[in-house]
Amino acid sequence: MRHLLSIEELDRTAIERICDRAASFAEVSDREIKKVPALRGRTVLNLFFEASTRTRSSFELAAKRLSADVVNFAASGSSVEKGESLKDTVLTLNAHKPDAIVIRTPWAGAAALVAQWTPAAVVNAGDGKHEHPTQALLDVYTLRQRVGDLDGASIWIVGDVLHSRVARSNVLAFQQMGAAVTVCGPPTLIPRGIEALGCEVRYTLDELPSADVVYALRMQNERMDQAFVPTIREYAAQYQINGRRLRPHQVLMHPGPVNRGVELSGEVVDSPQAVITMQVEAGIVVRMAVLYEVLAGRAVSPAPAPEPSIA
Amino acid sequence: MSPSPFDPARALVQAPAPPAELLISRAHVLDPRTGIDAPHDVAVRDGVIAQVGAPGSLQAPAGAEVVDGAGRHLLPAFVDPHVHLRVPGQEHKEDVETGTRAAAAGGFCAVVAMPNTDPVVDSAPVLRSLRDAAARDARVAVGFMPAITRGLNGTELTEMAELRAEGALGFTDDGKPVVSAGMLRKALQYQRLTGGLLALHEEDPSLSGRGAMHEGTVSAMLGLTGIPSVSESTMVARDAALAGYEDGRVHMQHLSCIESVRAVAQAKELGVRISAEVSPHHLCLTDEAIRETHAGPGFLDTNMKMNPPLRTEADRQALIEALRSGVIDCIATDHAPHARDEKEVPFEQAPMGTTGLETAFAAVHTELVLPGVLALGLVVERMTAGAALLGLPVPRIEPGAPANLTMVDLEADWEVGEDGYESRSENCCFAGRRLRGRVLMTLAGGSVAYRERALTAVGA
Repeated sequence: MRHLLSIEELDRTAIERICDRAASFAEVSDREIKKVPALRGRTVLNLFFEASTRTRSSFELAAKRLSADVVNFAASGSSVEKGESLKDTVLTLNAHKPDAIVIRTPWAGAAALVAQWTPAAVVNAGDGKHEHPTQALLDVYTLRQRVGDLDGASIWIVGDVLHSRVARSNVLAFQQMGAAVTVCGPPTLIPRGIEALGCEVRYTLDELPSADVVYALRMQNERMDQAFVPTIREYAAQYQINGRRLRPHQVLMHPGPVNRGVELSGEVVDSPQAVITMQVEAGIVVRMAVLYEVLAGRAVSPAPAPEPSIA
Repeated sequence: MSPSPFDPARALVQAPAPPAELLISRAHVLDPRTGIDAPHDVAVRDGVIAQVGAPGSLQAPAGAEVVDGAGRHLLPAFVDPHVHLRVPGQEHKEDVETGTRAAAAGGFCAVVAMPNTDPVVDSAPVLRSLRDAAARDARVAVGFMPAITRGLNGTELTEMAELRAEGALGFTDDGKPVVSAGMLRKALQYQRLTGGLLALHEEDPSLSGRGAMHEGTVSAMLGLTGIPSVSESTMVARDAALAGYEDGRVHMQHLSCIESVRAVAQAKELGVRISAEVSPHHLCLTDEAIRETHAGPGFLDTNMKMNPPLRTEADRQALIEALRSGVIDCIATDHAPHARDEKEVPFEQAPMGTTGLETAFAAVHTELVLPGVLALGLVVERMTAGAALLGLPVPRIEPGAPANLTMVDLEADWEVGEDGYESRSENCCFAGRRLRGRVLMTLAGGSVAYRERALTAVGA
């Protein structure tokens, strides 16, 4: 795998391979010294054009546990704010000879565009409302750990699908793994034509009890440039996953950060059905696996320093 | 001092150039208006079509160049009622010289420039300066459509009467809709005084919002905000109703969807004085083209980003049918050059627009004429019809007419962009495609405006 730009380009075998590798890395996180030398001498550059703490630190930890060097480049306070174009930013950063660029932007297709401008492997950490492939991979990994095989499973993705790159990637990934996916939310937050991804669309939670997995999305207030729902109160009344709606057999997921009392009630977040912290843990090992996939087969770009001989 | 009235003979401006002295021999002459459709000799003397005769029958006048037209088609040169020459203010994208060179290379003898420049063409002095620039630099005739509202602000009318006297062919806020129905109504009322077409970019911004492409399955899959078809068609219907009420004369720019076609057809049935144009890209491409790219997976082609956006196959078919039936009157390129660095950005950040002058004929010929969808004669008619809508003489191939001619090789197969572009910009939605049909020579206003490099004179 040269880059990870979208789930669309992964088949089931590739997803399973990444999950299996992630499982093999899980043991590293439990060690006293949480490090393996797999990517020693490689440079991973985190290029984030959007605020992100958890995804960025998850990638940073993943890279460090594989012994890679990590450089964080945040768009705020940088030349980007002085009007530098994405292309010039990437060309400049190329001079640092990164082996991988992990990029998050508010623009669909930007990761694929960056892949044209750099010899480094590019990992998409979220491109606008398009995709967030490592999120989908860690969600598949989490579900494989928790419920096993996803063939025939019913997964409901509930909430603001319109603004969600997580929803797009997860619909594709869950379906690749054999699950049937339903997206559900207010009609104003379901994009027209989303059925083209292969999912079902529902506007009420009436059939939610049939789901094996309930995946709640964050109400993205930061993306709301118009009033898509009359009030958050009405949204919660219609779509909140709470103790009344969540059935005991169901697994509850959320990409974080959770708005308690909006898309999820506090009691379900804290319930044993919620695997939200498992997802965060999975994030590190899955991103280790992804970085390993895109980097392990590659020649190290700068000539590695000779090992000091220990005679 | 009251301004002089509009004079159509003065409305188009072109740089002085020596009048052509030519004999085009044995070309297949096709002019749907005169009915000619057979090999002929055409003699041009002093920039005027002097004779049209049987092949091999005409002698070259002394000193005239002989152009071998055998195996080639000679057509009336095209007229484009909708281009962006980017002057004043955006000369890094295009200027009068490069834009009209592109027009000539595409077989056009006349183009009409839109006013969404910097500053906006909304006053007589700006219009005068542009006409002066065209009189210096224009390879083909250029006409101007100043703005309907000052600075395209949508709230105050421009001095339409003075602009009209200064040569305005009509008025448009192109690039933006006239959002307020009340404002457009005033323009329609004022049109009774000034004359001139009101050309409308139809878009309801409360529906199109920050959309980057057509709203549909492709936008849903790509996670791009969509521009719904109804953002255009509701405004077409609204403005057709206003035009009918005020008995005004409106022209719908760059129709993109089936709903708009229906609205125009219905207005025409009701007797509204309405006309419409469609672009080659909306006739040849759909929203799928945005991601159909050889540049790599997930790459979105910003050359496919335009406003209105490329829509679905059903929309494309409806546009083709409307062009055939006459619901849509003419083809207009909406030639919209942008610099490379402006387009070399993520799709959502890229400006809207594609160049079109150099590929219009070849694209329509390749995609619609060769597969037998539209007849060549009909395409030629629709690529020249814009002139009549603006009250300008339509290029004709007959003795006594000024030489506005384009000679094309319908067999020539070429890759768009292989030899670069005459335009200053290269944001062409057909870039990299192989097209059939190439313009070899263009005469505009009686002068040779373009000659393909390989085309040499065979005698003099």
